[in-house]
Amino acid sequence: MSAAAALAVAIYQRPAFIDGIYIIAFGLLIYGMSGLTGPRTAVRGNKIAALGMAIAIAITLLRRGEFHGADTWWLIALGLVIGTAIGIPAALKVRMTAMPQMVALFNGVGGGAVWLIAWVEYRHHFAPGYFPLRKEVFELFGAIVGSISFWGSNIAFGKLQELLPGRPIKLPGASQTALNALLLLVAVGTMVALLAGVHSQLLFVLGILLAAALLGNMVVLPIGGADMPVVIALLNAFTGLSAAATGVALGNTAMIVAGMIVGASGTILTNLMARAMNRSVPAIIAGGFGGAVAAPGAAQAASEGKVVRSTSAQDVAIQLAYARQVVIAPGYGMAVAQAQHAVRELERALEAKGVEVKFAIHPVAGRMPGHMNVLLAEADVPYELLKEMDEINPEFPRTDVTLVIGANDVVNPAANNEPGSPIYGMPILEVDKSGAVVVLKRSMASGFAGVDNPLFYNPKTSLLFGDAKQSVSEITAELQAL
Amino acid sequence: MDRLVIDLAVLVLAGFVGYAVISKVPNTLHTPLMSGTNAIHGIVVLGGLLLMAESHGVLERVLLVIAVAFGMINVVGGFLVTDRMLGMFKSKQPPKRDAEEKEEAAQRAAASDGRRG
Repeated sequence: MSAAAALAVAIYQRPAFIDGIYIIAFGLLIYGMSGLTGPRTAVRGNKIAALGMAIAIAITLLRRGEFHGADTWWLIALGLVIGTAIGIPAALKVRMTAMPQMVALFNGVGGGAVWLIAWVEYRHHFAPGYFPLRKEVFELFGAIVGSISFWGSNIAFGKLQELLPGRPIKLPGASQTALNALLLLVAVGTMVALLAGVHSQLLFVLGILLAAALLGNMVVLPIGGADMPVVIALLNAFTGLSAAATGVALGNTAMIVAGMIVGASGTILTNLMARAMNRSVPAIIAGGFGGAVAAPGAAQAASEGKVVRSTSAQDVAIQLAYARQVVIAPGYGMAVAQAQHAVRELERALEAKGVEVKFAIHPVAGRMPGHMNVLLAEADVPYELLKEMDEINPEFPRTDVTLVIGANDVVNPAANNEPGSPIYGMPILEVDKSGAVVVLKRSMASGFAGVDNPLFYNPKTSLLFGDAKQSVSEITAELQAL
Repeated sequence: MDRLVIDLAVLVLAGFVGYAVISKVPNTLHTPLMSGTNAIHGIVVLGGLLLMAESHGVLERVLLVIAVAFGMINVVGGFLVTDRMLGMFKSKQPPKRDAEEKEEAAQRAAASDGRRG
């Protein structure tokens, strides 16, 4: 063997070698994520992060005792193959309208891996006569948070996929909060007992995994559809933090760094979303916003005696054709109706007539952070046309017509001028400041918050009832026929 | 220094680095950010790999195979779907790449026609 090869083997056999490679790996992860600051650099950034991940996995597999010198190598291969076989088709087939579900599911899968790993660690570390008090704290923390994230994400997935009802499901009154507090207490109490030297796998499974699992269910079930952006971001943070905790327990720097990046990202998004709703994260977690549609009668009563003006696709087309600037404000209704491609056609038709078109994107429009942006990107709308709330609000007074497609609460002027309204104080798209407003709606049902929307009764507003996709296509056809 | 202390130092610093990097991501890219972070927390797959060799009995091995599979779903699915999604974000003036793609597609079509003929 040549001297170089001998040297290479000597380096490879040093434990610090793998730690050194991990540094390269997480360096690439961070560098890759920093590419996400703009759509131009993001594709490359994602690839760089993927390279970092590939290096981390490859160097772990090269360890002695993985494939080399262990009889469990085929189990590792089995796990890797199963994961790849599920991950590839899922990623290639998912529709952009289904991204919220996909992200919820992926959050859950990560949390699931964490509590499974924590269970095995428990079996290895907690033995009679051994009083663990250091890394094991992180193990148990990871188990609790991972289990909450796994079950919470599954419920979020169920709601988004409409396997479960989207409305809040909760126990009456304060009993829900009391039950949640009790479950958290059980989990933390069990953690303390285990660390104090009580050795029982049954206790670990029931007191940690099961209590946290129930807590995950109980926390997400009462949360309604429109609060989903916050919940998904929060679960994302949970999965990241649990992964980082497991990294500490295993003394693995790559896991610590990667987990903390995800934890930071989830935390930032959670705060952004909560701020965009003008509600605190604890209030959202307490759930049941909109009073489980407690007052449909009240909403109707409030709207009695007020008239809405309905319009036709032809009239809207004429209105749009003579506008200088048109702003389109999309909401979850556009996603439900899969109307994004039709909207793109309308945008092209308007531009062909010399009308300037912009899109107003509210941070919590849709069911996850950035949901509208992805849908419109899928339909080939150039991202320069998508304006954030702060950017577009000063433009409404200069806008001739605003087209509201499947959005409700995020354009509700009550948030600005009705102190009694449940959504008062929430930052909104000020569409009522534009020259005219056309609202595309399926029916007169109130928005998720169950709050009546004065925008609909504004004399400047006309409503076009029907399926959003069909309505938009009709407007485009009329526009082209002009 | 104690390994645990070093790891905790890494944890805290990584939190701040993560915060600094992610704060700069614009709203437009929040969904790809989430799916990208989905991929990154797939790093837990390492935990499954590291524990496998020390595992005893059927229960532990079943748990770890599932954990490795879960982690791998995150890694593979997360990066792929993010790549797919980011590919859709187009600027108003991207034509260069599109034109190139169309040319390539045309060439491919011509080539396959040729083969068929």
